[in-house]
Amino acid sequence: MNTPQDLRYTESHEWVRRDADGTVTIGITDHAQAALGDLVYVELPEVGKKLAARDAAAVVESVKAASDVYAPLAGEVTAVNEALSNAPEQVNADPYGAWLFKLRPADAGAVDQLLDAAGYVAAVGTE
Amino acid sequence: MPLVTPLNAVHRAAGARMVDFGGFDMPLHYGSQIEEHHAVRRDAGMFDVSHMRVLDLEGGGARAFLRYALANDVAKLTTPGKALYSCLLDENGGVLDDLIVYWRGADAFRIVVNAGTAQKDIAWLRGLLARAPQHAAALAVRDDLAMLAVQGPQARAKVWAALPETAQATAALKPFNGLEVATRRCELFVARTGYTGEDGFELLLPAPCAQEVWHALQAAGVRPCGLGARDTLRLEAGMNLYGQDMDETVTPLESGLAWTVDLSTEREFVGREALVAQPPTRQLTGLVLIDAGGVLRAHQWVDCGHAHGEITSGTFSPTLGRSIALARVPASLRPGNEVRVTVRDRSLAARVVKPPFVRNGKSLLA
Repeated sequence: MNTPQDLRYTESHEWVRRDADGTVTIGITDHAQAALGDLVYVELPEVGKKLAARDAAAVVESVKAASDVYAPLAGEVTAVNEALSNAPEQVNADPYGAWLFKLRPADAGAVDQLLDAAGYVAAVGTE
Repeated sequence: MPLVTPLNAVHRAAGARMVDFGGFDMPLHYGSQIEEHHAVRRDAGMFDVSHMRVLDLEGGGARAFLRYALANDVAKLTTPGKALYSCLLDENGGVLDDLIVYWRGADAFRIVVNAGTAQKDIAWLRGLLARAPQHAAALAVRDDLAMLAVQGPQARAKVWAALPETAQATAALKPFNGLEVATRRCELFVARTGYTGEDGFELLLPAPCAQEVWHALQAAGVRPCGLGARDTLRLEAGMNLYGQDMDETVTPLESGLAWTVDLSTEREFVGREALVAQPPTRQLTGLVLIDAGGVLRAHQWVDCGHAHGEITSGTFSPTLGRSIALARVPASLRPGNEVRVTVRDRSLAARVVKPPFVRNGKSLLA
């Protein structure tokens, strides 16, 4: 399982990257894509949508099952990765490159409350 | 503790993602389910199907007994090795299981049943035998056999390369026929059958020989495939999965299997009276998703206008690049009709089509 040290994580298997402009980029972890199997459909939120922490924000569907992707923190959607609509398999090939959406956090400090890489690995280990 | 097949250690060593199926610890995929699917459509793949149970029925009354016990008529098996697909019904016409029966010549038949239903089937068949002593036959459970399905356009050629003794013996073997072949490794029962809509063989062999044959096939270029690909392949081929598309609560006439119920003679068989008494009000048909917005899945609600139905199996079809399903819907629906399927919180348009969706690598959709 690949878990980059410079990202933050949730127990629901999202990763969060801090961008230079104050927004955060969100995707699903390597562990999540492996558990789901080959992705065949991705549904992304609308730009401008306001999300509370743990709101269902996106949907990823594999051959096997559909799974919600949750907002790791409260904020407004500023961008979505449209390229995934025609190539959802990018998430399997490169889970930390193939991001799903970006948020402008309501609380800039909220990112620090999320799990670090070691915390996520520990959380996955107890599943 | 889940049950294991003779190839369990091989699957685990190959890094397969394992899943419980019918009480067995089975490979779901070895990395990519979709790539495994394409390997079978385009080249050759193999499945460990040793969880399925082989039953040998022998005796002077075996043929008459099977004519009574099965909805299809084994009287059609007129040449040794010929296979027949049939449902096993209860008295209400409900489907206890679906199976393949081979005639091995003389008084010997071989039946292959599903894993999850095997114990129920054995008890049922033994009960029928006890109640019909005029049909003298003995049922043997072949726990000693493993089973491999090698499927795809190149499957037969690769089996011949891996097991050269089979080449001459099975070169002229016709679809839905099987025969026994002795190789230097072991005795094999080779059948030109499968569950993918592609050509290929199913191999029955002694369990201790399974790993060696698996590795020989892999060395010949046959790709290991898991149950995930097996499910998308069988669904594209329009084949039912027992327990999902049918069970005791439905009849074969409501399950797209009227063609397997032989009513052409006066033959008495278990379930016949119930089937004849009540014309079906439901049918199992195919659906193709028209709208974007998700994937068809089992248990989704199908709005057919005046009535409703339910999806029994749904998936994304790797060959077609779109979502397909089998659904139980009112008998009045026809191919070409449009229905609405509730996918999560949305209503999406789908078209009724007659399965199969794919056969021999080619789309059958108009």
